[in-house]
Amino acid sequence: MKLHLGREDGQASANQLLRDDAKFAAQKIAFFQYLTVAVFLFLITGFWDLQIRNPEVYQERALENSVKSIPVLAPRGKILDRDGRVIVDNHDSFTLYLSRENLKMEHLRPIAEGLNIDYDGLVARVRRFQSRGAPQYQPIAIKEELTPGELAFVDSHKDANTFPELEVVHVQHRLYPRDGLAAHVIGYVGEVSEAELSTPEFANFHQGDVIGKDGIERQYNDQLMGVDGQRRVEVDSYGNERHVLDDKEAIPGKNLQLTIDLDLQAVAELTLENRRGAVVALDPRTGEVLAMVSRPAFDPNLFAGRIRSKDWKDLVDNPAHPLMNRAIQAQQAPGSTFKPIMLLAGLETGAIDDNFHISCPGGATFYGHFYKCWGKHGTVGLHEGLVHSCDTFFYNVGNRMDIDDIAHYAEMVGYGHKTGIDLPHEAEGVVPSRRWKIRTQHEKWFAGENISVAIGQGATTVTPIQMASAIGGIAIGGMWFQPHLVPEVHLLPARRGEVNLENVAKVISGMYGVVNEPGGTGWRARLPGIDVCGKTGSAQLVSNSAIKAGFKVAEDMKDNAWFVGFAPRDNPEIVVAAFFENGVHGQLAAPIVRDVLKAYFDKKARLAQPQPQIAHVPTDLLHQPPTLPVSSAAVNQ
Amino acid sequence: MPAHRSIRDFDWLMVVLVCAICALGVLQIFSATKDTRFAEAWWKQAIWILGGFVALWIGTLVDYHSLLGQAYVFYGLALATLVATFVLGMTAFGSRRWIGTSAFHLQVSEFVKLVVVLLVARYLSELKGEELELRDLLKLASLVGLPLILVMIQPDLGTALTFVPILGVGVFLAGFRWQYAVAILVLVAVAAPIGYWVVLKDYQRARVVSFLDPNQDPKGSGYQVIQSKIAVGSGALWGRGVTKGTQTQGRFLPVSQKDFIFSAFAEEHGFVGVIVALGLYFLLLMQIVQNAQTAPDKAGMHICMGVAALLLFHVLVNVGMVVGRMPVTGIPLPLMSSGGSNIVAMFLMLGLVNNVRLRRFVN
Repeated sequence: MKLHLGREDGQASANQLLRDDAKFAAQKIAFFQYLTVAVFLFLITGFWDLQIRNPEVYQERALENSVKSIPVLAPRGKILDRDGRVIVDNHDSFTLYLSRENLKMEHLRPIAEGLNIDYDGLVARVRRFQSRGAPQYQPIAIKEELTPGELAFVDSHKDANTFPELEVVHVQHRLYPRDGLAAHVIGYVGEVSEAELSTPEFANFHQGDVIGKDGIERQYNDQLMGVDGQRRVEVDSYGNERHVLDDKEAIPGKNLQLTIDLDLQAVAELTLENRRGAVVALDPRTGEVLAMVSRPAFDPNLFAGRIRSKDWKDLVDNPAHPLMNRAIQAQQAPGSTFKPIMLLAGLETGAIDDNFHISCPGGATFYGHFYKCWGKHGTVGLHEGLVHSCDTFFYNVGNRMDIDDIAHYAEMVGYGHKTGIDLPHEAEGVVPSRRWKIRTQHEKWFAGENISVAIGQGATTVTPIQMASAIGGIAIGGMWFQPHLVPEVHLLPARRGEVNLENVAKVISGMYGVVNEPGGTGWRARLPGIDVCGKTGSAQLVSNSAIKAGFKVAEDMKDNAWFVGFAPRDNPEIVVAAFFENGVHGQLAAPIVRDVLKAYFDKKARLAQPQPQIAHVPTDLLHQPPTLPVSSAAVNQ
Repeated sequence: MPAHRSIRDFDWLMVVLVCAICALGVLQIFSATKDTRFAEAWWKQAIWILGGFVALWIGTLVDYHSLLGQAYVFYGLALATLVATFVLGMTAFGSRRWIGTSAFHLQVSEFVKLVVVLLVARYLSELKGEELELRDLLKLASLVGLPLILVMIQPDLGTALTFVPILGVGVFLAGFRWQYAVAILVLVAVAAPIGYWVVLKDYQRARVVSFLDPNQDPKGSGYQVIQSKIAVGSGALWGRGVTKGTQTQGRFLPVSQKDFIFSAFAEEHGFVGVIVALGLYFLLLMQIVQNAQTAPDKAGMHICMGVAALLLFHVLVNVGMVVGRMPVTGIPLPLMSSGGSNIVAMFLMLGLVNNVRLRRFVN
């Protein structure tokens, strides 16, 4: 230790003592210096550990802290009607996501309690995401349609100290028409299921993706669905965004225009009322579906978020099967609506000719079995047979024909096959034939079975869309277009039937009589000024013999009511099939078809009127550039 | 006091070191408070530092012997002020530490440190014998213990504990039988568990727990330690750059302009920056110790060593806390942390060290 002594003077001895004291402390001061070195080494090793030995660990945790991935959901395309009116729209809402990058399982319970979410369901959902091995950046939607109160809860709890995994995302949710309007056509959306993820169609989807589940939403999912984007942002400890690191914008889905006419759709919905059934309106010249209703309906808005399990159970357990689209899935005996096809088949095969007539005393006996007619029609020819829907007449036609010939013509009009409409889960119905019977019942065909088939009973079943398409094709002279809801999709070419147009004309004449002649069964479909043609049908669910045997007919075993009609008689533009369960008689379905037809022709007449002009501005004035006189232009300069 | 001596002999190296440390502090305060409601803190700090240099100069003016002569007066004043804080003091963050108006307030305990340094120096320099008697030790310990308890019950355990190294180093230098030291250690070992359960408040216990295992309480004090370690670690070798640290800028670090300023500094300047800053503190300490070695008398040496002990303790506890090697006690890092009282008190103490230095040739 170097102690610089100052001036030596008289007081030196006194100072010497002090200096000695200080000197005495020199070793201890040195000890303090070593202690200081030790302290600094101790501190530096602390920094060495954190900053040099494993900074990656902490850099990653800093990243976890501050970087959040926020999904940018692409809005689905809107669904429009044929005039461009919006059927399915989107609305703004907020969805709560759990970011999985910094998710802590022990936070789930307080979050579930704070937001009134079922805890067990939430845990199961989080587990499902983890087990599927979805990418870590993909967050989990846990609650849709947040209320202001829930938003406030999230806002005050999403800081780094509480639940940093909470993230509110602004989304566009599906907004469907109220009261289930066109619900079965539109379908609904939902999260892709486990089962769907395992199919090739959804191989590229992730857990949590929202896809179309049914109807148009499902069929045209690829067009309607956009491509989700993603935003990576840096957040502060309060969960507020500081800046955007990476922004991949969402590509919105494409809008989809349907062939549906909302005006007609609305009328069809109203006129079917709450009866369990279906209405289909087609343009037979193109196959465009103008209206399609199925009852009972459901509210697709229930699915717009994630459907609650109770709502889903209610829908699935409902004995009326509201999710079923009866227009394409209800397979019912066509009843007397099959008679025009029988008449055509009989004429085409030569089993009957123009002069064929029978006598109807209220039924007839074939193969030792009496078959009842619904009335006593006396002498009945081709025309009367159809107009009065005389069963006895058609029993005889059936008796003169081979079942495979009947099947040939039934299949020609489209029965027994899917129409190919662009909706999922279409049913194909049944057209009985020898081969069909061998295949399904391992028995050969009995000629006596022809009798029931001839009046649309027996094994024959059709769907409303098949019926509309079949009768529409006959109406335009034996040509069948594939029914469809979206124009310009890849359609099958129209099928032209090998039919004699004169025979077709006879059938159409009969169907005209059904509606417009005295004693016609379809008189309720009459429209003044419009040549409506049609055919009633009452499909039995219980055979007449069973009723005779004392079988009590319950409400849900009453006959189903059918009516199929088209107009105008020459150059038909629209064909409508209506069906409702337990309707007793086809006459009661006729007004439904009449109302839809009336709506169609009323609208057509309205559009044909010249539009009133509000103001008249000569167009040449609008397009003329203003020109200044030469003199004033010169003055301005 | 002739002017030539005061200019030439002034500890210019210390002034340079202090300036450098303060500059790093101001820069870090600027970065840590950017875009927050404390955004003006950096220039306030700069003004405090200017005020600090005035304090440093004042601290050198009056001969420290006359200051030592008044040590008991200062001591009495300090006790009176501490009691006054209880009566008049402002409550902030749940404890009464400040006196004054909301616009201008002093943290009294910061200045009490200075008084304790003077008191210990005075007491020990007046002792005659080669070694410290137990009786003297108990007397001195009681003298230091009184303000310590007053500060502790504010409650401000961290600041209270800073009195201990002043006393400890003083006693060590004055000469103390190792048997006594062992006896005291045993006593502390017995008293510590009792103190833990009886004296410490819940939040203080939580701090101890979270120091021992930060992950056990990740939302409380443990949260601060974890976030601080993340900040330090993610700084790596070169740091993430001024205003670029996500831990600091994203407010994940608690009070990153005050107690955790070194954490923010380590994040943005990395290991290299840490070495530079700690190096500056080390040199400053060595400079103070050197002044103790050249002190003209025992009292002067005790003053310098008291200041050195205080500074070392602050650095150890604060920086140790930042890397998770010390519990969270809430004491600032001298010269860097934002805060006026701390700056002025520290500069006053450095003024005292200079005071001793300037009189090393005087008798």
